[in-house]
Amino acid sequence: MAAYIGTPTSRVDGRAKVTGEAKYAAEFNSDGLVYGAIVTSTIAKGRIKRLDASAAKRVDGVLDVLTHENRPHMADADQAWKDDVAPEKGSPFRPLYDDGIRFSRQPIALVLAREWEIAVFAATLLDVEYASEAHVTDLYAERDKAFVVEKPAKPRGDAPRAYAASEVRHEDEYFVPVEHHNPMELFAATVVWEGGGKLTVYDKTQGVQNVQRYVCSAFNKKPEDVRVVSAFMGGGFGAGLRPQYEVALAVLGALALQRSVRVVLSRAQMYGLGYRPATIERLAVGASKDGTLNAMTHEATAVTSEYEDFSRNDTGWGGVLYNSPNVNFVHRLARLDVSTPCDMRAPGAATGVYGLESAMDELAVALKLDPVELRLKSYSDRDRNEDRPYTSKQLRECYAQGAAAFGWSRRNPEPRSMRDGKELVGWGMASGVWEALQMPAAARIVLTANGHADVSCAASDIGTGTYTILAQVAADALGLPIENISVKLGDSTLPDAPVEGGSWMAASASHAVIATAEEVRTELLAAAKTIENSPLADAKAEDVVLADGKIMSKHDQSRAVSITDIMRHSGADRILKEKKHEFGEDSSHARNTHSAVFVEVKIDEELGIIRVTRVVSAVAAGRILNTKTAASQIIGGVVWGIGMALHEETVFDHRFGRIMNANIAEYHVPVNADIHDIKVIFVDEPDEKINKLGVKGVGEIGIVGVPAAIANAVYHATGTRVRDLPITLDKVLG
Amino acid sequence: MPTSTAPDADTSLPGKIPITLTVNGTEAQLQLSPWVSLLDALRDRLNLTGTKKGCDHGQCGACTVIVDGRRVLSCLTLAVMKDGAKVTTVEGLASGGTLHPVQQAFIDQDAFQCGYCTSGQICSAVALIAEGRAKSADEIRELMSGNICRCGAYPNIVAAIQQAMGRA
Repeated sequence: MAAYIGTPTSRVDGRAKVTGEAKYAAEFNSDGLVYGAIVTSTIAKGRIKRLDASAAKRVDGVLDVLTHENRPHMADADQAWKDDVAPEKGSPFRPLYDDGIRFSRQPIALVLAREWEIAVFAATLLDVEYASEAHVTDLYAERDKAFVVEKPAKPRGDAPRAYAASEVRHEDEYFVPVEHHNPMELFAATVVWEGGGKLTVYDKTQGVQNVQRYVCSAFNKKPEDVRVVSAFMGGGFGAGLRPQYEVALAVLGALALQRSVRVVLSRAQMYGLGYRPATIERLAVGASKDGTLNAMTHEATAVTSEYEDFSRNDTGWGGVLYNSPNVNFVHRLARLDVSTPCDMRAPGAATGVYGLESAMDELAVALKLDPVELRLKSYSDRDRNEDRPYTSKQLRECYAQGAAAFGWSRRNPEPRSMRDGKELVGWGMASGVWEALQMPAAARIVLTANGHADVSCAASDIGTGTYTILAQVAADALGLPIENISVKLGDSTLPDAPVEGGSWMAASASHAVIATAEEVRTELLAAAKTIENSPLADAKAEDVVLADGKIMSKHDQSRAVSITDIMRHSGADRILKEKKHEFGEDSSHARNTHSAVFVEVKIDEELGIIRVTRVVSAVAAGRILNTKTAASQIIGGVVWGIGMALHEETVFDHRFGRIMNANIAEYHVPVNADIHDIKVIFVDEPDEKINKLGVKGVGEIGIVGVPAAIANAVYHATGTRVRDLPITLDKVLG
Repeated sequence: MPTSTAPDADTSLPGKIPITLTVNGTEAQLQLSPWVSLLDALRDRLNLTGTKKGCDHGQCGACTVIVDGRRVLSCLTLAVMKDGAKVTTVEGLASGGTLHPVQQAFIDQDAFQCGYCTSGQICSAVALIAEGRAKSADEIRELMSGNICRCGAYPNIVAAIQQAMGRA
């Protein structure tokens, strides 16, 4: 079993995507479809005193204007609005619930019309009067009021005392601004009114079953009456983990009109959804003169909303990466008048490891030690936070192979010592780490007599390659050519899957397929035994495999029966199996992915223009199911890291509590010309402990470490240490 | 803080204008208000949803189509301005069951992930190659920078275009 697993198989959904056949949430039509346009608040805090929609309603083609005053009923209890990944503490936001304004760009009305353009025009005619209240949106203004949340990792030793006693020390703060996911597809939901109270909801989401449960509980619908579909999603990156307000508004519209309704957010409105919270990372690291790490304190202070406590593991990664006897980790939240942050690619690690690995670089400079050497000095073969071994950790190989491929040994450690014409050249590196999570998931396989298999699961493929890896895994597990496998995903009526995120889907869904394929094999064997003079009459389940369209003995391939013959004999035209797979509870080992990132920047000495000319990302992530799509995941993560380091920043005008660059011309994301040579190395990392296939997942690890490696390279090029992202040319020149 | 909308605001709608578009070789007669973009005409009126809406402001390139041989941002183009034009969308690139070489190259080089910017990238690439302007990888990067790919498939997009140009 491994004809397809581990190979660079091209995406099985590739044809649908390059021909325009793949349909996204706003692309499903229905007779009499009604278009909704959203109106959002212009103030950050207060309440709506008066909302006059009379002019909008006079527009020919406008069917209704929904506000908190006339919307259909929805649940009052917080619990009804808590989705699978909602923060534990808080009261989830619900659109058009009451007259309260909790953040700027909060939806306050939905204009419903028979054409999109009419709805948008009418939405400009609403007359709204607010009662404003004083708001705060600046993290630095509120940091003193920040409160401590549950510590991600236990302290060890006495970090402050050890730090004070350390021979070489470094202490500073690093800042990451608010960043927005900006997936290319606008958030959208098309709710098809099926009659009889039934709704089919095409939503942009990373979890169709999460949205299905949410819609049922918020609108008191029976589970069988709501089907949620998201077969293709135009980018998520965490923005679609929780149900967003477009789906609640579209359902409200459909309930109000008893018709099919589509709601699409504008790009600007997407800045009223979740985001990566602005975070201040304070690091204090101390070492002895030879570079042995002795003390580490990592304190993060991050933004949350007034109505929910959102926090992720920013601190504590140092205890996974390094061996320091004295550590302390603290995470604080500051409540601001903003929408609740949400997970964004490698939440916590992208920000926390930026601070940690920047501080480690500064410590290396203070020690006059090579940055790779410093990390090797305190390399840890155990997760020190939980004092347990890893299922596998080939980070040492990542450093070695990454450094070799990059040519790190030719680095002159002196800042401003390397140049290329009028450009200063800087080489920097950083470590990356993420968790190898895995969740229960189920799959269904329908094997037909002609040797084709339909494989299905509610999981979403958000561009990660889930369709393709599941086709590979199923083809190998069933012994069929990959062309004979059809994969169906992203439908709440399919077997249970977790939301797609956290890098857990590859391991979770592939083991569901393996477990279900085993059930298919068992049934095939039982049927094969009933054939007269069966060559497998005395074969045990563990002695047979599926290969070449047959079930055969592992020990003697001539003892085989074809699937076609078995089906013909049994008279069945298909075998249907559905199985839920759960991973055993085992906390004896830490499960992590790791990386070493090496970066070259070239900086125009006069203009300060920064280019990331070369990146080598060496990744240890267990078995790679598909080397082509996995490399794309890592490349994408590196591009995100470049954006985080050099481009991305959501800019607020704190006087109005409002985002000023709510578009993708002024919120800069990397474009093609910003991206140069990116080399991905997958370090061999066999892992028999983590799961049957040895899979760890690669969605997040690609970004982690990249921003620090770039910041470190910028320092090496210029001698200027920039500690607040993004590193723009003014900061380098200043 | 009231907004400035007067209760007696003009709520009348513009009239509709008849136009003819030839989309992927098929002639379509449409009655459209002048405020309908070419993008919304394709997606909502002609059900050609392969062309994507990513920003509606000409900032992302997802809506790129080929109009009379030129790359055009269909979200910034009013449909009535293109009366009589020949429009090629991503749905019109393959001939029969055979993909356009750029489409095939995008699959071979894994030049997309979520697929949402892909139609615009491919239409841009097809026209770019036809223009004969992109020679080096750096030129491709520069000339393809109007098409944002948030998944970050840029190196593979450059490789795909090079493959389609026969320079892989």
